[in-house]
Amino acid sequence: MSQADLTMGTHPPGLTTGLPPFSVSAKKMAIWLFIIADAATFAACLVAYGFLRNGSPNWPRPFHSVMNVSLMTFILLTSSLTMLLGIRAAKIGDKAGAFRWTMITAVAGILFALLHIREWMALIGEGMTMFHNPWGAPLFGASFFSITGLHLLHVTGGVIALVVVGFRYMRGRYNADDLEVTGLYWHFVDLVWMFVVPFVYLLNLAQ
Amino acid sequence: MHDTSSHAVAHHGPPASFIRKHIFSLDHKVIGKQYFGLAFVAVLVGIFLSWLMRLHLGWTNLAIPGLHLLSSNGAPGNLMTPEYYLQLMTMHATIMVFFVLTTAPFAAFGNYFLPIQVGAEDMPFPRFNMMSFWITFLGFIALMSSFFVGDGPTLGGWTQYAPLSAIGQAAGPGEGTGVVLWAISITLFCIGQLLGSLNFITTTLDMRTRGMSLMRMPLSVWAWFITSVMGLTAFAVLMPACILLILDHVAGTSFFVPSNLVINDQLLPHSGGSTLLWQHLFWFFGHPEVYIAIVPGMGIVSHVLITSMRRPLLSHRVMIYSMGALAVLSYMVYGHHMFVSGMNPVSSIAFSFPTLIITIPATIIVLLWLGSLYGSRLRINTASLFALGFISMFISGGVSGFFLAQPSIDILLHGTYFVVGHFHMVMGVAAMFGIFAGTFFWFPKMFGRMMNETLGRIHFWLTFVGTYTIFMPFHYIGLAGNIRRYQAFTPDYMQQFIPVHKFITVAALLTGAAQLIFVYNLIHSRFWGKPAPDNPWEATSLEWSTPSTPPPWNNFGDKMPVVYHDPYQYGVEGSTGDYVMQNSPERIETVRDEA
Repeated sequence: MSQADLTMGTHPPGLTTGLPPFSVSAKKMAIWLFIIADAATFAACLVAYGFLRNGSPNWPRPFHSVMNVSLMTFILLTSSLTMLLGIRAAKIGDKAGAFRWTMITAVAGILFALLHIREWMALIGEGMTMFHNPWGAPLFGASFFSITGLHLLHVTGGVIALVVVGFRYMRGRYNADDLEVTGLYWHFVDLVWMFVVPFVYLLNLAQ
Repeated sequence: MHDTSSHAVAHHGPPASFIRKHIFSLDHKVIGKQYFGLAFVAVLVGIFLSWLMRLHLGWTNLAIPGLHLLSSNGAPGNLMTPEYYLQLMTMHATIMVFFVLTTAPFAAFGNYFLPIQVGAEDMPFPRFNMMSFWITFLGFIALMSSFFVGDGPTLGGWTQYAPLSAIGQAAGPGEGTGVVLWAISITLFCIGQLLGSLNFITTTLDMRTRGMSLMRMPLSVWAWFITSVMGLTAFAVLMPACILLILDHVAGTSFFVPSNLVINDQLLPHSGGSTLLWQHLFWFFGHPEVYIAIVPGMGIVSHVLITSMRRPLLSHRVMIYSMGALAVLSYMVYGHHMFVSGMNPVSSIAFSFPTLIITIPATIIVLLWLGSLYGSRLRINTASLFALGFISMFISGGVSGFFLAQPSIDILLHGTYFVVGHFHMVMGVAAMFGIFAGTFFWFPKMFGRMMNETLGRIHFWLTFVGTYTIFMPFHYIGLAGNIRRYQAFTPDYMQQFIPVHKFITVAALLTGAAQLIFVYNLIHSRFWGKPAPDNPWEATSLEWSTPSTPPPWNNFGDKMPVVYHDPYQYGVEGSTGDYVMQNSPERIETVRDEA
C-alpha cells in the first residue's frame, strides 16, 4: 500500500482504518482480559500450593476415593456442554432454547457447589480446618480450602451471572453476545477446575 | 465485520447532577483528575513523612515539636522511637510506590489522555472506571487509617517480608493491625488497577477512531497500553498474595510462617510455611511494578520531547518494541531482589542474566532520546526541561543497576544505602520528573489555563540540583558500608557518615520546600493562570484538536476525528506552520523513520 493512499483520506480496510483489529466487541475483549488476570491469580495460588507441598515432609494424602470429585468434574464438564448448546441456540435465534440451556447450566453449577460443600462438611467433620488436620501438615487444610474456596467463589459468581444474564436475555435486554461472554467466563471456571483436580485431589490420593 | 453498536457500552449522556459530574463521574477526564488529586495529596503526605525520617537520621536525638501529636506511642517526648522510624519508612514507601508513582503517570494521565489521544469518546466501561478510582481511594483511606490504630501502621517495609509480617502481635509493635490494614489497602489497590488496566487495554484495541492504526498511536498511548498489560497480570498475582497474608493474620494459617519459629522467646504454633514464598509472590509483582511506574514516564517524556524538538524520534517502532521488551523481561528478572534471601545460587545466576539483558532495551530507549536530541533545535520550556531531567535521572540511576545486577556485587551492596540511592533515582525521581513534565505539558488542556513558566523553571532547577544532592551521596555512603533501614548510626564505623546524613537532610528539606513552588504554581494557575489556547505547544496529536479547552464531556463534540497521519509530523511544511496535526486532511510528504 503506498503512502499516498493513507494520506489522501481514502481508507483501505484493515489495520490502517483504525477498526478493531480483532473484530471483537469490547465486552468480549474485556472478559478475555479478565480471564488472563484471573488465570494469573489462580496460577499464583497453585504455584504457592506446589511450593508449600514440596517443602512439607508430611504432606497428608487423605482422599480415599475419586468418586465424589469425578462426579463433580462430570457435572461441571457437562455444564460447559449445556452452556455451549445455549449459546448455539441463541445464535440461531431460539430464545426459549437458549434460556432453557442457560438455566440447566446454572442448575448444574448449583449441583456442583452443593456436592462441593458436602465434601467440605465431611472434611471439616473429620477434623480438618484452616490450621489443623488429623493427617499431617496443617497447611494442607489452608491451601485446600483457599484454592477450592476461590474456585467455589467463582462458581457461585458464575451461577448468579448465568441466572441474571439468562433472565435479562429472555426479556430482551441482553443479546446472544452477552450470553456468549458469560459462557466464556463459565468455560474458564471449568478449565481452572481441570487444574485443581490433578494438583489438589489426585496428587493427594491415599496410596 | 466490526459492528459499531458494540461501542454502545461506552455511551453515557452529559452529566446531569452535581454528584454525577464531580464525585461519581463516569467521565474519564474527571476520573483522571480525581486520580491526579489523589496522587497530589498522597505525595504531600509522602514528602512530609520523608522529612520526619531525614530529620531523625541527621539529628537522632532531636525532639521534633508536635510529633507526639501524630503518635503518642511512637514519639514519647517528641523523640522518635526506632519502631516509629520504620513505620514512617514503610508508609513513605507504600504511599509513594502505589499511590503516587502508579496513580499519577499511569492512572491519572492515562485516564485523561489515552481515550482522547486515540480519538475515543470515553472508555468502553465507564462504570468500571469510576469503581477503579473509588476502590483505589478506599485503599488509600485504609492505609491512612493505620496511623490511628493501636500500635500504629506497619513497620515491615513496603515489601512486607514474612515471617515477621505474618505472625501479628507476637512480632512486636507495628506488626499487628497495621499489617492487616496494609494488606487490605493493597488488595483494594490491586482490584482498582485491574479494573483500570481492563479499560485501558480495551480502549486502545477497540475504541480507536477512523485512521488511528496501532502504529499511528502516540508513544504515550503505547506506554500506557504496555503498562496496563503488565498491570493486568502483576496486580492479579499480588492480590492473592495479600489475601494469603491476611489469612495468616486472622485465620491462623501459616502460608508464610515456617515451623519451629521462635520470636521474642516464644515458640510459635505455626508450621510448614515458607518465607521465601512470600518473596517470590511479592517480587513477581514487585518488579513489573517498577516498570509500571517508569514506562508511562517514558511515554510522556517521548511525547513532550518530540513536541519540543520539532522532529520525531529516530525510530518510532524501535521505541515501542523496546518498551514492550522491558515489559516482557520485567517478569523474568524479579529474582534479582532476592539474591541475599537464601535462594539457590543457581537461581541467582538465572535471574542475573535477564537482568543484564533488560539493560539493552533500556539503553536503546535512552539512545533514541539522545540521538534524536542531537542537533535538534529544542524549544526550552518547563515541560521539556523536566523531560531532559527524566533522562538524566534515568541514566544516573540506571548505571548503578549494572552493578546491582550481579549477585557477587549485590551481596555486598544489597543492604546498604547504595540500593536506596539507585531506586530513588531510577524509578522514584525519574518517574516524578515524568509526572512534572506531563503536568506542565497537559495542564493547559486539563484546566484551560497556562502554568507559570518562570516559577516552573525555578522549580525545575531547584528540584534537579536538589535531588542529585540528596541521592548521589546515598551511593557513596552505601559503598562505604552504611546499612539501610537503620534509624540511628551507633556502630563506630558508621559515625563518619553522620555529617553526610546531615548534609542530605538539609538538601532534602530544601528540595522538599522547593516543591511548594510547584504547589503554589499549580493552585494559582488553576484559578488565575493565563487562559490557554487550544494548542499552545503547536503539537500534532488528537488531544490538541478538541473543539474546546478543556474538552467537552464527549471529547470531540458531535464530530469524531479522522486520522490521516503518523503521530509526529513535525518539520514539514503544513498550512499551520512546521507541523501537521493527525486529523488534518492535507496531503504531505510523511516524515517517517526508515527503521
